[in-house]
Amino acid sequence: MSDHDYRPKSKVGQWFNDRLPLLTLANHLTDYPTPKNLNYWWTFGGILTFCLITQIVTGLTLAMHYIAHADMAFESVEHIMRDVNYGWLIRYIHANGASMFFLAVYIHIFRSLFYGSYKAPREIIWIIGIIIYLLMMAAAFMGYVLPWGQMSFWGATVITNLFSAIPLVGEGIVTWLWGGYSVDNPTLTRFFTLHYLIPFLILGLVVLHIWALHVPGNNNPVGIDVKKPSKDTVPFHPYIVIKDGFALLMFMIVFAFFVFYAPNILGHADNYIEANPMVTPAHIVPEWYLLPFYAILRSVPDKLLGVVAMLSAILILAVLPWLDTSKIRSAVFRPLYKQFYWILVADVLILGYVGAMPAEGLYLLIARVATAYYFLHFLVILPVLGFKEKTLPVPLSITEPVLGGPLNLAAARNKESKIE
Amino acid sequence: MKNLYKLFSIIILIITSNSYSFAAEKVEYLKTDWSFKGLFGKFDRASLQRGYQVYTEVCASCHSMKYLSYRNLAEPGGPEFSEAQAKAIAASFEVTDGPNSDGEMFTRPGKLSDKFVMPYDNVKAAQAANGGAYPPDMSVLVKARGGGVDYIYSLLQGYEEAPSNVSLDDGVYYNKYMYGNKIRMAAPLSDGLVEYGDGTNATVEQMSKDVTTFLMWSAEPHLESRHKMGFKAIVYLIILTVLVYFSMKRIWSRVESEV
Repeated sequence: MSDHDYRPKSKVGQWFNDRLPLLTLANHLTDYPTPKNLNYWWTFGGILTFCLITQIVTGLTLAMHYIAHADMAFESVEHIMRDVNYGWLIRYIHANGASMFFLAVYIHIFRSLFYGSYKAPREIIWIIGIIIYLLMMAAAFMGYVLPWGQMSFWGATVITNLFSAIPLVGEGIVTWLWGGYSVDNPTLTRFFTLHYLIPFLILGLVVLHIWALHVPGNNNPVGIDVKKPSKDTVPFHPYIVIKDGFALLMFMIVFAFFVFYAPNILGHADNYIEANPMVTPAHIVPEWYLLPFYAILRSVPDKLLGVVAMLSAILILAVLPWLDTSKIRSAVFRPLYKQFYWILVADVLILGYVGAMPAEGLYLLIARVATAYYFLHFLVILPVLGFKEKTLPVPLSITEPVLGGPLNLAAARNKESKIE
Repeated sequence: MKNLYKLFSIIILIITSNSYSFAAEKVEYLKTDWSFKGLFGKFDRASLQRGYQVYTEVCASCHSMKYLSYRNLAEPGGPEFSEAQAKAIAASFEVTDGPNSDGEMFTRPGKLSDKFVMPYDNVKAAQAANGGAYPPDMSVLVKARGGGVDYIYSLLQGYEEAPSNVSLDDGVYYNKYMYGNKIRMAAPLSDGLVEYGDGTNATVEQMSKDVTTFLMWSAEPHLESRHKMGFKAIVYLIILTVLVYFSMKRIWSRVESEV
C-alpha cells in the first residue's frame, strides 16, 4: 500500500476519515502507482469487474420474475422473454454475459501465464483468482440449469452423476446433491439458491484479489519489479481508468453484437425444449467455456480417473507458482517458454474443439494426446524449463530500453508492450 | 492491438463454430430470403398475418402455442391485426373458465387476455390422438431446432417418396430434412390448402414461408425492437469509444512527453 499519510482537506472529511478511513482508501485507489507500460491484455481485470456487476444486476432483476419450480421454471422464462418489460433484453444480457465473462477470464488467465504474473510475490493473487474461476464455473453450470430446458436437465444429470465415481460414498453423495433419486424440483431449488449465493462470494473474493494485488502492485509486460511511484509508473487515475474504459467499450461492442444480433448462437437449441426426464437429447454438451475440461473428462476411459483428471487440470493451476521454476517472469525474455506457451494455447483450443465432438474415433485420440500434453506442460516442461532455458537479458527499469538500452530490448518492448 | 484482434477473432470463431459442431449430420436446407434477418431485419406484416392463418387453420389442430395470448396478435412488431380483428379472432374460440359462483366450470368466447386455446387437454391426450407422438408446442419451436427457420421451412417442403431401401411403419412418413428422415407427421401442406384473403397464391412454398415467419415471431416477439435498439446501442458505443480513444490519447500524451 502506498501513502497512508493522506489527510482530507475538509474538517468533516478529517472527522469521518479518522473514524473510518474510506477517504484514504479512495485516495489510494486514485493514486495507486501503476506501471506505465501495461498493454491492453491488462485491461481485462476491469472488464471482468464490469462482467461481474452486470451479471449481478441483471441476475437480481431476473430473480424477481423467475420461478424456481420444475413445473413453472420454463414457463416463467418465457414470461420474462415475452411479458416483462425489456425482459428479453435482461435475460439475453445475462445469458450472453456468462459467455463474455468466461471469454474475458480466459484472456485474463492466459495473460497471467504469458507474463508470469502468478510468480512471487503474487502467488496469493493467483490462487484467489483460481478459486474465483472455480466458483464461476459452478455458478455458470447452475445458472444453465435454471431455465429447465432439455440441456439444463441432462447437463445437470451428467455433471452431478460425476460424483457417483467417488468410491463407497459416491451414490449417497449424488442422492444428497439431488435431494431425491433423480434431478428434480429439489435439485432446481437448491441450484437456484446457490446460483444466487455464489456471485456474492465471488464479489468478496474479487475484493481480496484486488487487495492482494495492491500490496506488490501490478506485474507488467517486462516482468520486472518497478519502484513506486517513479518514472516507471503512472497514477491509476486518470491514466489507467481511461485506458480500461476504452478497452471496456470495445468489449461492450462485441457484447452488444451478441445480445442484439445473435443472442442464441452461444446456447444450445435443445434448451428451448422443456426438460423431459423421459427423452435424452442426442448429444449432451456443456457450454463452450467448459468444453476443454469436458474433453479431459471423456478422454480417460475410467469414470473415477476421468473426474480426477478433470479436477486436477484445474487444481494444477493453483500450484503453478511452484511448478514454474524460472526466476524470469515475462515470456518476452524467455524464448523457449514463449513457444511452449503458444503450444499450450493451441492445446487448450484443441481440447475445446474435441470437447464439442462425439467422444469416438479420431476425436477421442486427439483428446487423449491433448490431455496428456496439457499435464506434460505443467508437470514436466515448466519445471525443467526453469533450469535449462537461456533467458534474454532483462532491463533494469521500464524506461531503460527507451533511454538507450540494448537494441534487442527496445525491439522486444516495441513488439510486446506498446503503451499508448 | 493486432494480437488482441487475432485472439478475439480466433476465440469468436471457435465459440461460434461450436454451435455448428454437428454440421456433418445436417443436410443443406432450402434457402429463402427472410425479411427479419440482418441489422435492420423486420417482419413482413402481410406474411405474418398469412402465417397466422396457416397456423390456425392447419397446424393448430394438433400443435399448441401455449405461451401466446390473443392480445399478442395486435401488439406492435407482430402480425399487427387491428384490436377489433384480434378481439374477433379471440371470440371465435371457446375458452373454459370458472369455477363460477355455483362451483361449475363454464365456457365463454375468448378474450384478448386469454392464452391460445390448446388443441388437446394434456400431453397424454395429444399422444393418444397422434399414434403416440406428441406434436410439440410451437411457441418457441424455431429456437428449439438446430437449423432454426431454415430447418422448419425445409421440413415443410421435404416430404417425398421413401427410397426403396427405407421401410416405413404405419403412420410414419419420409422427410429428407427430418433427423433420421422418419417423421410421424403427415405432409401438412398441399397447394391451395388455405385461401388467403389478400389473394396470394397459396402454394406449399408460400405457405411454408408464411407460417415459418409466423413461428419466428412467436418465438421472438420482440425481435424488431431488439434489432432497433441494437443498432442504436452499437452506434452509441462506437461514437463513445472514438471519443474516449481521443481523450485517452490526450491524457497519455502527457506521459510520453515526460519520458
